[in-house]
Amino acid sequence: MPLFWLILIVLVIAAVGYMLGRSRALANAGGDSRELHSLPSYYGWNVALKAMVPTFGLLIVWLLAQPLYVNSVISGMIPDSAIDDGSSRGLVMAEVRRAATGLDNAVAQGLMDEDFARNARADFTDVTQRLKDAGQIVTAEVTQTVLRAAQRYRIVNSTGYLIMSIAAIVVALAGTLFALRETRALFRARNVVEFGIHALLVAAASIAILTTVGIVLSLVFNTWEFFRLYPASDFFFGLNWAPSFSGRGGSSDLGVLPLLWGTFYISIVALAVAVPIGLFAAIYLSEYASPRVRSVAKPLLEILAGIPTIVYGLFALLTVGPLLLKVFGDDGLGWMQAGTAVMTAGLVMGIMLIPFVSSLSDDIINAVPQAMRDGSYGLGATQSETIRQVVIPAALPGIVGAILLAASRAIGETMIVVLGAGAAARLSLNPFEAMTTVTAKIVSQLTGDADFASPEALVAFALGMTLFVLTLGLNIIALYIVRKYREQYE
Amino acid sequence: MTDASMDNPTPARSRSLSQTDPNTRRRNAAERRFRAYGMAAILVGLFFLTVLFVSIVRSGLPAFTRTVVTVDFTLTQEQMDAAESELFKTKAYSNLFIASLQEQLQQRGMTVEFDEAAIERLLGKVGGTLRAHYQANPDELSQPVAFELAASSRVDGYFKGRVQRETLQDSRFLQLSDLDLVDALEEAGIIKQAFSWAFITGADSGVDNPGGAGIGASVVGSFFMMLVVLVLSLPIGVAASIYLEEFAPQNRFTDLIEVNISNLAAVPSIVFGILGLAVFIQFMHLPQSAPLVGGLVLSLMTLPTIIISTRASLKAVPPSIRDAALGVGASKMQAVFHHVLPLAAPGILTGTIIGLAQALGETAPLLLIGMVGFVARGYPEGFVEGFTEPNSAMPAQIYTWAARADVSFYEKAWGGIIILLAFLLTMNIIAIILRRRFERRW
Repeated sequence: MPLFWLILIVLVIAAVGYMLGRSRALANAGGDSRELHSLPSYYGWNVALKAMVPTFGLLIVWLLAQPLYVNSVISGMIPDSAIDDGSSRGLVMAEVRRAATGLDNAVAQGLMDEDFARNARADFTDVTQRLKDAGQIVTAEVTQTVLRAAQRYRIVNSTGYLIMSIAAIVVALAGTLFALRETRALFRARNVVEFGIHALLVAAASIAILTTVGIVLSLVFNTWEFFRLYPASDFFFGLNWAPSFSGRGGSSDLGVLPLLWGTFYISIVALAVAVPIGLFAAIYLSEYASPRVRSVAKPLLEILAGIPTIVYGLFALLTVGPLLLKVFGDDGLGWMQAGTAVMTAGLVMGIMLIPFVSSLSDDIINAVPQAMRDGSYGLGATQSETIRQVVIPAALPGIVGAILLAASRAIGETMIVVLGAGAAARLSLNPFEAMTTVTAKIVSQLTGDADFASPEALVAFALGMTLFVLTLGLNIIALYIVRKYREQYE
Repeated sequence: MTDASMDNPTPARSRSLSQTDPNTRRRNAAERRFRAYGMAAILVGLFFLTVLFVSIVRSGLPAFTRTVVTVDFTLTQEQMDAAESELFKTKAYSNLFIASLQEQLQQRGMTVEFDEAAIERLLGKVGGTLRAHYQANPDELSQPVAFELAASSRVDGYFKGRVQRETLQDSRFLQLSDLDLVDALEEAGIIKQAFSWAFITGADSGVDNPGGAGIGASVVGSFFMMLVVLVLSLPIGVAASIYLEEFAPQNRFTDLIEVNISNLAAVPSIVFGILGLAVFIQFMHLPQSAPLVGGLVLSLMTLPTIIISTRASLKAVPPSIRDAALGVGASKMQAVFHHVLPLAAPGILTGTIIGLAQALGETAPLLLIGMVGFVARGYPEGFVEGFTEPNSAMPAQIYTWAARADVSFYEKAWGGIIILLAFLLTMNIIAIILRRRFERRW
């Protein structure tokens, strides 16, 4: 991988620059570091930073921009006539990229020499066969246009990377030389370096914003694309979820309502398990339990929160599902057809959420001032009366916030529902039937064979958008309530 | 006193403190009930925890053992020459093996009838294994060699209770008479359960071979992913926290960052998977299923956790440390990097380990970037390939096994969970020890 070596080379240049800068400054001061404005190492860092920061900036920008540029060049090469009906430019471009990777692999395995990969235009079946030999899945026979485009794609790309490598090394050397030139005994190296570090700190903090922007953009663009192919009203108000699996589209029903219903139903079951248990556990731990019991029981309960969700998923699929089936299935009460059901997923998700509810409520109950309890005891109330009529009402906003946070976790939970809830989307009230959720369908639509440009795959982004907006809304409301409540007693 | 009370004198109840009246009894009972509810809630929570762990251990432990047949076998040069000269060479070897096995059974005074087909159902193609062994090690000819051969997954299932004698139907994989042979071999001590290193070190096998599947390759995949997470999210997270905690002015930009971080901490993990798919794979064309991409996505997910814990430990360093450093002439930057940061390091490290543990168990984003469905058949070839070549990761591997139709893979999935939890437990224990050992209370 040339990029790896390129990064190493730049790092070596920076390290050499550090040594040179340091010794140059010392030499300029006649070997007496007291004559310097800053400590000697700052002169070194000045050089190293000026070698590294512009270079890595350039590399990142280049790596982001080159695919865009190459794509626009190559897709300009493909005439509209080369795009079949029912296909799209994106599909053809994907084919081109596959063919180009195939050529790369074939060259790497010695099935083709570089020259053949660049110039082959005679025998297409031969090329296809060689690509297949190289382990590259080629959907159909490679057409003339695709092959030409793929060859061009490889050439443009490799030239791009070559120029990038040269540019990066040149920039690194130029930065080093520039910094070395300004290195003198009275150069204010520390101020410059500290300014640079400050800028890096700001950049690191901005990554959080960039991530959010990335999430929103990737969701919005693909959702927009989806709504161009599929009417938004059918998505939001459709009562039927039945994607066609042919990948050609056209006959799919992609209504979100059955998925939302499944999501809410499972979350409600989960909260019905988690809220009473979590709340009573929190009350017991904060009001009744002795410090010893508390120090044992609280961490033990919190273990439940640290277990990965895949474990809960497997627990639902292989332990809880069969157990419920034994009780409610055909051998028992006859309500349940299969192990995967709303009840299975909801129950297990409830177990997962217990520590979530209990820890948050525990903190909130502890924040209720002792004076309120003392006042209640003074009037002759028992402890449970105090809790029910004084502490809980006082803590209620916070508890509601905690429950909303737990609900947002439940809505966004994926692995438990993928493994435990089943795959059929239906609008039903029976909790022993299999239903499916927004998250489970995001997974199944994006891990299937459907093409990326088809509505069947793009719908996952619209579902992701729905999920993002839902959980974000719940979180904002919950945090607002919790914060509001905290201010009340501080 | 008012007139009203004069007119309606309430009859003084004869009350004694030692005698509780019905009302008090009712209230006390309510008190006890309420308390019992709380206790019950805790017990139910702990009960779930116990059930979870018992089912993990009970279903997962069999994955660590496999059924092997140990046979002492001696092959002379003449026997080898004779076998090599035949048309079906492996058949000749397997006949020799059967003869030797029969002899060993007879030495122990047992006679069971079995043929070559039965041996093949039990142990697979024995002849080929023997032939390959002796061709690779010709110097072991004429010496007794103890062969340890793995039994087929159905025989394995018979030992682990998955295959029952009563419900077994004769098939080309296993017949009822084979079980008699297995019982006899077990009595003779030839077939037994042994610890399976292959599960811990091996790579995933295809859909049709549950016996050979191991988790080793995906542990390596997870390791490379965690390396990416550590290298990216630790420096970026620490830098971001230092800025927010020590340098950031109170303004709109700072508020925006704060809001973003607290929201990112609550975004469902699957959304990060969508981000990874759209940005890293669709847009930047990074390789699918590569630990590099998984690591990038998990880094973005871990950042808020690390930032939150780092800020807490920076906040815990008292301002007097900063003031003292500034007082002897250090710059603000020097005060932070030379004094505050080292003092906050144990807390930062603890937070990082806990963040890594979270990232290690995360599955949903990995599904979307193609880590599932890829069968990790081997270890990566080198360090750089470890990042860029497709591989699996532990949770993704567990999901893959759980999603396969063959029931024998479930056992592997539970076994994988034990390994995953062992890693998580170790990381958390290290974090706790670090906190106990180095945390300073000011």
